[in-house]
Amino acid sequence: MHFLNSLAVVKDFKYADSHEWVKVDGKTATVGITDHAQDHLGDVVYVELPEVGAAVNQGSGFGAVESVKATSDIYSPVSGDVVEVNKELNNSPGLVNSSPYEKGWIMKVEIKDDSELKNLKNSDEYAKFCEEEDAKH
Amino acid sequence: MRGGGLWQLGQSITRRLAQADKKAVGRRYFASEADQKKTVLYDFHVANGGKMVPFAGWSMPIQYKDSIMESTVNCRQNGSLFDVSHMCGLSLKGKDCVPFLEKLVIADVAALAPGTGTLTVFTNEKGGAIDDSVITKVTDDHIYIVVNAGCRDKDLAHIEAHMKSFKAKGGDVSWNIHDERSLLALQGPLAAPVLQHLTKEDLSKVYFGEFRITDINGALCFITRTGYTGEDGFEISVPSENAVDLAKAILEKSEGKVRLTGLGARDSLRLEAGLCLYGNDMEQHTTPVEAGLNWAIGKRRKAEGGFLGAEVILKQLADGPKVRLVGFTSTGPPPRSHSEIQDEKGTTIGEITSGGFSPCLKKNIAMGYVKSGSHKTGTKAKILVRGKAYDGVVTKKPFVPTKYYKPS
Repeated sequence: MHFLNSLAVVKDFKYADSHEWVKVDGKTATVGITDHAQDHLGDVVYVELPEVGAAVNQGSGFGAVESVKATSDIYSPVSGDVVEVNKELNNSPGLVNSSPYEKGWIMKVEIKDDSELKNLKNSDEYAKFCEEEDAKH
Repeated sequence: MRGGGLWQLGQSITRRLAQADKKAVGRRYFASEADQKKTVLYDFHVANGGKMVPFAGWSMPIQYKDSIMESTVNCRQNGSLFDVSHMCGLSLKGKDCVPFLEKLVIADVAALAPGTGTLTVFTNEKGGAIDDSVITKVTDDHIYIVVNAGCRDKDLAHIEAHMKSFKAKGGDVSWNIHDERSLLALQGPLAAPVLQHLTKEDLSKVYFGEFRITDINGALCFITRTGYTGEDGFEISVPSENAVDLAKAILEKSEGKVRLTGLGARDSLRLEAGLCLYGNDMEQHTTPVEAGLNWAIGKRRKAEGGFLGAEVILKQLADGPKVRLVGFTSTGPPPRSHSEIQDEKGTTIGEITSGGFSPCLKKNIAMGYVKSGSHKTGTKAKILVRGKAYDGVVTKKPFVPTKYYKPS
């Protein structure tokens, strides 16, 4: 992990502009939301998990994350079938805040087409993207 | 990640809007930021880590460095200081100010003892709510009124129009809009002890709903023992040139226990206290009866009427209203405004008007209108969030017990 402006990015993960990360391990991708995302959301109180077996598509909504005040849709950075969801989040949605890249993972997807990964940013590109977005405000 | 809706728009300064069309909305929004009004505490908020968002034409802090959850819990454990200067304070004066105001509100203003106030509703001809407000009878010829920021123009136009015709008939009433003053709200168990350090007024004798004009930290302030959190506390109207010093003094006297608190936590606190937010839980076409504010209609007013929309309201008091505002607790994701409410069989029975996750209770709380018959505490219901139905149950308000300072 390295830090830029005190928010973390993980070097080998890939990132979507909508602030989801993906860790690819062969044909399996683990997905979550980034430190930047959880920081802006505030305390997460509920995570709407997708169904195991559901199909997800890159760029399409697959669930939602609720904070005290707001609902945020989350978008899948990869296409494929959901093979596992993090049931821990039902009891401890705060894991998304405290451990966005590890314990706060949201779903695991069996990827159909790994060429889609090139549409995503690497950690440096994503960190720069966040910096630019923050500078606008 | 992206969201929609009013709060999310208000939070867009701290949230990322990833999609192109949302970005366009964001840019238009930021271009108008320069048009937002600022209270005299604006720089003070920013210096203290305030995240500023537009709210009812003002740039206000939605939160500071601590999270909305932490702020909300801290208010009830220690205390919170809110800048509510965006709200509009005004004084009605003249020997006929009481009968004048009685035409416009449901309260028994005549029966208020000097130095006491109450929550009331300004009604329209159909009995609907123009705004809710805290009114205080200072003396028989001076009434102090605070109305919502978002309704300022509407309320003032309404009052002014009625004042003109009242005066044309020979009535003695005039007004003064207190734009030279700022409003702070100090809430929580430490509110009274901290404020007592800054005034000679014996606050132990100022009960819930009572009003004083008194020196606080060297400035002549109006204090009302009231608030929007369910906690004990005060709203303090201070001359604007003394507002920052007063805010600093309050925070210092509390040794950091009372924290600057923003609109995000303010909304969580009022929802936990079961209080209506005008624009969500009450609107032009909802009557005070439907909103559960029967208690705010003065006894004499129920018998005599004499306020706008009285015929509609009195009929509802006699027959019962067709819909009622009730509280809910639920499982699953927090219900939000406009979430559909269904009975256990799946028939629509109403709509949520406010909802969220309660930081103090650690569960979902909400308020909504349901058709009469489905409003009793304990009634099971289904609440639809993003197309899925979750279990809900009608729950008594307030959700968190209130701590108003009343004589024993």
